[in-house]
Amino acid sequence: MVGLVRLLGIRFLTWLNSLGRATVLWANAMWWLPRWEGVRLIVTQIYYVGFLSLVIIVLSAFSIGAVLALQFYTQLARFGAEDAVGVGLALVVLRELGPVVTALLFAGRAGSALTAEIGLMKTTEQLSSMEMMGVDPLKRIIAPRIWAGLISVPILTAIFNTVAIYGGVVVGVNWLGADPGGFWSGMQEGVEIYEDLVKGMIKSAVFALLVTWVAVFQGYDAPPTAEGMSLATTRTVVISSVLILATDFLMTLVFYGDF
Amino acid sequence: MQASEHLIEIRDLSFRRGDRVIFDGADFDIPRGRITAIMGPSGTGKTTLLKIIGGQVKPDAGQVYVEGQDICSMNRDELFAFRRNLGMMFQSSALFTDLSVYENVAFPMRVHTNLSEELIRDLVMMKLNAVGLRGARDLAPSQLSGGMARRVALARAIALDPDLIMYDEPFTGQDPIAMGVLVGLIKELNSALNITSLLVSHDIHETVSIADQIFVIADGKVIGAGTPEELRAAPTPMVRQFMHGEPDGPVPFHYPADDIEFDVLGEAG
Repeated sequence: MVGLVRLLGIRFLTWLNSLGRATVLWANAMWWLPRWEGVRLIVTQIYYVGFLSLVIIVLSAFSIGAVLALQFYTQLARFGAEDAVGVGLALVVLRELGPVVTALLFAGRAGSALTAEIGLMKTTEQLSSMEMMGVDPLKRIIAPRIWAGLISVPILTAIFNTVAIYGGVVVGVNWLGADPGGFWSGMQEGVEIYEDLVKGMIKSAVFALLVTWVAVFQGYDAPPTAEGMSLATTRTVVISSVLILATDFLMTLVFYGDF
Repeated sequence: MQASEHLIEIRDLSFRRGDRVIFDGADFDIPRGRITAIMGPSGTGKTTLLKIIGGQVKPDAGQVYVEGQDICSMNRDELFAFRRNLGMMFQSSALFTDLSVYENVAFPMRVHTNLSEELIRDLVMMKLNAVGLRGARDLAPSQLSGGMARRVALARAIALDPDLIMYDEPFTGQDPIAMGVLVGLIKELNSALNITSLLVSHDIHETVSIADQIFVIADGKVIGAGTPEELRAAPTPMVRQFMHGEPDGPVPFHYPADDIEFDVLGEAG
């Protein structure tokens, strides 16, 4: 019993310790406004984390939109409510699936890559040598990557939303034959800018913050060994995914909860 | 301020990592404009000493003065400003793998100066020429041999003409030719640029051939200091063991362990 309490205590303190170090890392990196030089670095990183994630985002968005339309259509057609496919699809995508799936894909595609890159830079003493040159790696390496993530994820989410709805149109309207007029007007009536679109984008910004934070910290904090690296990349994906899903529930509760 | 004879003065340095004592009241005076070597068996904290001087590691106690400034009391910004006067060549070379040889050497200039592109180009060519790798400017770090990578790292370390350059195990793992080249370069750069060179190594032959002054450290203390000749004739057995490369002596061959009878024969023994 004492052993169990002690184990829990140690676990908790280790966790608290990492959280503290992660916060200091983030604060030190972001306590700095990007200058011209920084903008160039951020744009380069947006290419790596954002642009290179486009393929997986677009493909996933299209299939998710298509699957949703298919499921909605078969269920709604039983009540002759095929017109509601549009609004149902749009609400599910804008409020939940767009931000959540984009963030999950981003964590798997870009977050793990960030962790591995930063971890290897640390292992090969590149970060250390940069420090010795009088260049702060937090500002030069970490900060541009965090900014790039913060900028990319909401844009990727917007792209995901668009493509997913287009996928729904292809399946629901073009293939299964829902009435395009009803499809679009239902969507137009049912979707509100602030309530659905903006709140979804707020979610995606929060996810972006969480994923990039976890990814750069895991890389920066990884022990310089092969096991350390593999553990860190795995952790990035696992921790970010859990955080995304948990905070999504919380935010949905706050945004749409009825109390 | 009057420039003192010593660029670096370290007083009463103590540092421990976990339970292990790395330094226990060590003093160093590193003379200006000369080549000073810190020698000692592996794991005695030679690299740690360089990291302490560079401000990457904070000692538990003691003062570290470089140019009369106390490194330990600097804040983050002051440290980064201070390091611009410092070049370091890492054991792993630590080149930026996403940049070409040219860009690696240009990196410190681009970050710390507002020089025009042409001027940077000329400077990079001069630095690369000094290490004999002007022709390798377009190669990626992954295309370099270990010796070439270290020479590029050296060119990068002198990019901003620092006052102090630190070498972490520059000879380890090099073939004889590369070793000879590096020995020549370190000596040449030291006299040509009038830099203070601090070199950490356990390759006795090469180090003795270039160092003006040597510190031998063991068990967290300086156990011998002086010119190479003085140390060769050193009276203390530990320094002699090290300088002559004897496998056993005051520095034991065996890692501390129980009696071998106990380990081999077990409880029955």
